[in-house]
Amino acid sequence: MPGGTTSPGGTASSGGATSPEGAAAPDGGQAARQTVEAVWRTVEAVWRIDAARIVGALARFTGDFALAEDVAQEAVAEALVAWAETGVPRSPAGWLLTTGRRRAIDAFRRRSARDDRYAQLAHQLTEGQASSGAMVPAGRAALDGLSAASFTPTSHQDADDLPWDPDRVHDDVLALMFTACHPVLAPQARVALTLRVVGGLSSAEIARAFLVPTPTVQARITRAKKTIAAAGVPFALPPAEDRGERLGAVLSVLYVIFTEGSTATTGDDLLRPDLAFEAIRLTRMLVALLPGEAEVHGLLALCELTAARFPARTGPDGEPVLLTDQDRGRWDRAAVRRGLAALGRASTVGGRGLGPYGLQAAIAACHARASSVAATDWERIVLLYEALGRVAPSPVVDLNRAVAVAMAHGPLPALEIVDALAAGGHLDGSHLLPTVRGELLTRLGRTAQARADLEQAARLCTNARERAILLRKAAALPTPP
Amino acid sequence: MPKFMLIMRNTDESFQQMISTPFDEMLEKVGRFNEELIHAGVLVAAEGLDDANQGVVVDYSGETPVVTDGPYGETKELFGGFYLLEVASKDEAVEWARRMPSIPGSKCEIRRVPSIDEFPQDNEWVVRERAWRERTGQL
Repeated sequence: MPGGTTSPGGTASSGGATSPEGAAAPDGGQAARQTVEAVWRTVEAVWRIDAARIVGALARFTGDFALAEDVAQEAVAEALVAWAETGVPRSPAGWLLTTGRRRAIDAFRRRSARDDRYAQLAHQLTEGQASSGAMVPAGRAALDGLSAASFTPTSHQDADDLPWDPDRVHDDVLALMFTACHPVLAPQARVALTLRVVGGLSSAEIARAFLVPTPTVQARITRAKKTIAAAGVPFALPPAEDRGERLGAVLSVLYVIFTEGSTATTGDDLLRPDLAFEAIRLTRMLVALLPGEAEVHGLLALCELTAARFPARTGPDGEPVLLTDQDRGRWDRAAVRRGLAALGRASTVGGRGLGPYGLQAAIAACHARASSVAATDWERIVLLYEALGRVAPSPVVDLNRAVAVAMAHGPLPALEIVDALAAGGHLDGSHLLPTVRGELLTRLGRTAQARADLEQAARLCTNARERAILLRKAAALPTPP
Repeated sequence: MPKFMLIMRNTDESFQQMISTPFDEMLEKVGRFNEELIHAGVLVAAEGLDDANQGVVVDYSGETPVVTDGPYGETKELFGGFYLLEVASKDEAVEWARRMPSIPGSKCEIRRVPSIDEFPQDNEWVVRERAWRERTGQL
C-alpha cells in the first residue's frame, strides 16, 4: 500500500547507540558499548545468514562435522561477549570463522595428548595459520589419506571480500545439507540438525517450533552428532551412485519441516508460518545450489503454492478453513506466481517429467489457477493423483484421489476407493480416512454412518483445531427420524 | 515472513565516485552481493534508478504542483535504488545492508514493507487494490 503508513521499522533505529545499527559504523572509533540484547540480536541475524557457510567451512577444515558444529557454537558464544565490548566487527562471518578455526585447533591440541595424529595436525594447522592467515590445506581427512585437493586455501581475495571461496562454499553448504539429512540419522534428528546447522536456528527456536522442551532438541542434536561420528560419515558430497537417494532424503527433511509448519500435528494452532517459511528459505537455498534437479524445483513449487493459501486457511479465531470455503481473494498471488514459475522449471529441467513433489505441486497449481471449487479442473487432478500413485504409491495419495474423484464424478465412486483402502487397513489409526468417509457419507445422505465416521476421526485427530471442526460437523448432521 | 526494503541513498559526491568506478568492477561487486541474496533465499525484488539528472521533481509546496528538472538542488541525499528482502527480522535486514557494496558517503535506509493484510479489508479502495494485486501477482 503506497504511502501513509508509519511502520515500527521506521522509527526503532532512532535509539542510536543501543541499536545494532549503531555498531554498523565502527571505523569512526566510536566503539559504542552495546546492550547485551542488541548484540544478541545482531549475532542471531549474522548466524541466520551465515551458519551454513561457517559450519560447512569448518567441517571441511577439520574433516569432523561434530567438531565443526561444536566450535561454531563456541564462536557464537564468544561473539556475544566480544562484540558487546568492541562492537560488531567489519566481517562478522570472518570473525566467527576465524574464532571457530582457533577453537578447532585448540581441540586438536587437547586430543593430541591422546593421539599423535592430532598433535601432528594441530602443528600443521598452526603453522598454516601463522604463515598465510588463510584456510590451510590440511584437516583430519588429509591425514587419513583423502584427497588434499579439496582443502585448498580460500583467502586469496581482497580483505573486504567474503571469508570463503565463493565457489567452494556452495559445495560446503551442500555437503552440510547431505550430512544433516544422512540416512544413518533418525528422522527427528535430521530435522533438528538441518534447522540448527543449515537454517541457523537455536535449539530453543527449534524446540518452540516443534513444541518440545529445549533439552529434548539439544539431546537429539548431540546424539545425531555422535551417530555421524560413530558411522564414520565423511563430510563430502555423496558419490554419484547414491546421489539420487541422498537428495531424496534431503528433500524429505525439508518437506517434513514445511508440513509441520503448514499443518501442525500437535498443539492449538493449525499453522506455524515461521517454520513453513524457514523450509521455503532452505528449499530456495537448495534450488540455487542444484538448479538442474527437477524435484528440488518441484518441492519449492509445492511449498510456495501451499503457503500461498495460508492467509485464507484460518478464520478470525484461528480455526481452520477448508479449501472449499476459503476466500481465494486472500491467497498470496506473489507466492502463487513464484510457485507456478518453479513448477515450470520442474517440468523442463532434467527432462524426465515430474517426480512426486512436482506432481503434488501440479495438483496445487490446479487449485491456484481456479477461481472457485466449481471452476477447478478436477478431472486433471484425478489424473495427476493417478500419476502420483504410480511414482509414489501410498494410501494417502489414494485417499486424496478419492476426494478428487468425488469432486469430478460424485461421492459413490469415491466411496468405493475409500472402502477398499479401509479394507486394506493401511490407514488404521489415522483420522484422515474416517474424515473423508464421513464427508462422502454426508453427501450421500447416510447420516448415521457419517456421524460415526466423523466422531471416530475426531477421536484420532491430534490437532485441537481440526478436532473441533470434525465434532461440529458431526453435531450438525440431522438426527435420523 | 516480513518484508523489508533496503533503500540506497547517494550523495552527489558518492554518486560521482560511483559512476567513476569501472563499470565491470561495480557489476562484479553488486552481482556477487545479489548472488548471496539469491543463495540465501531472501531476495524478492531489486531495482536501481537512472541518473537523477534525467529525473524531474514535482514540488507541492505552492498552491499548484510545480515541476522542475532534476537534480533535486538542495537535497543532499538521492534515492538510488532498492532491494526488497523477505527475512525473519529487521536485524537480519540490517545485517544484509551491512554487507551491501557501498560507496563512502552513501547510506542505506531500512524500512518494513507492510502487507495489504494490515489495512482495513472492508475499505473499498483496499478491496480494489487487492483485486489488482491478485490479477498481477503483486501481493
